[in-house]
Amino acid sequence: MEYFIQQLANGLTLGSIYGLVAIGYTMVYGIIGMINFAHGDIFMLGGFAALIVFLILTTFFAGIPVALALLVMLIVAMLMTGLWNWTIERIAYRPLRGSFRLAPLITAIGMSIVLSNFIQVTQGPRNKPIPPLVTEVYHIGNITISLKQILIVVITSILLFAFWYIVNKTPLGRAQRATEQDRKMAALLGVDVDKTISITFIMGAALAAVAGSMYLMYYGVASFNDGFIPGVKAFTAAVLGGIGSLPGAVLGGLLIGLIESLWSAYFSIAYKDVATFAILAIVLIFKPTGILGRPEVEKV
Amino acid sequence: MTGEPLLKVQAVETYYGNIRALSGVDVDVHKGEIVSLIGANGAGKSTLMMTICGSPQARTGQVIFDGEDITRLPTHLIARKRIAQSPEGRRIFPRMTVYENLQMGAGLDNLKYFNEDVEKIFTLFPRLKERQSQRGGTLSGGEQQMLSIGRALMARPKLLLLDEPSLGLAPLIVKGIFEAIKKLNKEEGLTVFLVEQNAFAALKLSDRGYVMVNGKVTMSGTGKELLINPEVRAAYLEGGRH
Ligand SMILES: Nc1ncnc2c1ncn2[C@@H]1O[C@H](COP(=O)(O)OP(=O)(O)O)[C@@H](O)[C@H]1O
Ligand SMILES: [Mg+2]
Repeated sequence: MEYFIQQLANGLTLGSIYGLVAIGYTMVYGIIGMINFAHGDIFMLGGFAALIVFLILTTFFAGIPVALALLVMLIVAMLMTGLWNWTIERIAYRPLRGSFRLAPLITAIGMSIVLSNFIQVTQGPRNKPIPPLVTEVYHIGNITISLKQILIVVITSILLFAFWYIVNKTPLGRAQRATEQDRKMAALLGVDVDKTISITFIMGAALAAVAGSMYLMYYGVASFNDGFIPGVKAFTAAVLGGIGSLPGAVLGGLLIGLIESLWSAYFSIAYKDVATFAILAIVLIFKPTGILGRPEVEKV
Repeated sequence: MTGEPLLKVQAVETYYGNIRALSGVDVDVHKGEIVSLIGANGAGKSTLMMTICGSPQARTGQVIFDGEDITRLPTHLIARKRIAQSPEGRRIFPRMTVYENLQMGAGLDNLKYFNEDVEKIFTLFPRLKERQSQRGGTLSGGEQQMLSIGRALMARPKLLLLDEPSLGLAPLIVKGIFEAIKKLNKEEGLTVFLVEQNAFAALKLSDRGYVMVNGKVTMSGTGKELLINPEVRAAYLEGGRH
């Protein structure tokens, strides 16, 4: 039982990270109907931004409190990654809007390769380690919970709440939902659709940057390749939860995190990714739109 | 009519790809008028409504609003000039509540006048008040039409464009909607340009009307003139809905 709870805690931590990244996939899909395959690399880029900020802070401001360092790291990573994604949308995706459906998809795959190669060339192909940031651990019986894990879950929860609030309660969120549901009508009501889409990319990137920073903090290394496997898993989470659905992205992320850690704990760690994708396949057979996805019939 | 019109559509041609949907359309709408546009299906009426809003833009010709050339403005900036449209098909946001749909209408002023204006809309269409927390997609056709008009009115428009407000609605609801339009025009001086299949009701309501055939305006006159014009009667009134 304690072992199970331990794995639950690990799964929840991992799931939080996947969920944050999944939101970026699902939002972009919702608003422009495009799978942004480069989003995994945006997550990776966020991790590197955090890494660089952290190294700068610890080199030039040695002795800076860890909490402050973390905060600065998160904020700068969010800003830098948001700017990256804004630029990518602006130069690579927007010109293709309105062309045939596969064009932006292919461009996104290309962009994904560009980003990971760019980091490989500029930062080197090896894993980049950082010194352990937050090392405290707590023992409850035989269960070990690290402060890192608590931080990840807490930060994720705060962000999810803020995000939920923006999307559901603010004029910006209404404009985003309107653009998602009927772009032309949104424009007829004075919504600047291009700007709204840009902001959506920035928001998705900011969440991915936080996820990237936490992934870095959790595992202690960053690699140019991180956009791939974790990226694909976050994408899987979005599909599992129902692509286009924000609660679905969070739920999907948590499920993938839990499946991964429980499978590794009770079965074979080597097959954890196979298990994840097998479950995705099974869910999609019975519910093609994902767990919380809405069927495509509601068209007025 | 004297003075500069509020809306002046001048020699406008609009294309869908290579297909010309409007071929040299001229229309004037003066402040405080109700003007209707009638014509058969496929004549280009909705295309004209959307061209005024810049989606699609006119390939040639000009759309002048309040003395300003808006032909090349993007749609959202045209909306910010206070041209509001209840478009063909109503285009309610299906997964937003009635209330949120109305909030979308009031976005130009950041909801500054929302509370005041929403009460007016609820007085005009009490059904919307009852349904305010229901999702737009679950409303009946008539309710969606009311919501679409209400949403357009929330923008405090200088010019209200209505594309077939009576389409698919029961006669009693149509009557209610037409009365509401008349009332807004009389009491608030709202300028309205509307497209109607229901030519009789539209012309009766309107100060002036235009008849469109195959992307061209073929006739225009006061509502009364058109109502007694034999050609109009033969083509759009006799045998039509009265
Ligand atoms: N989105 C579109 N793409 C291509 N052709 C269109 C489009 N919308 C309308 N048309 C064509 O333009 C012409 C005018 O249509 P429309 O303006 O909808 O007429 P009306 O509103 O008078 O029924 C029709 O021949 C129609 O088929
Ligand atoms: Mg039409």
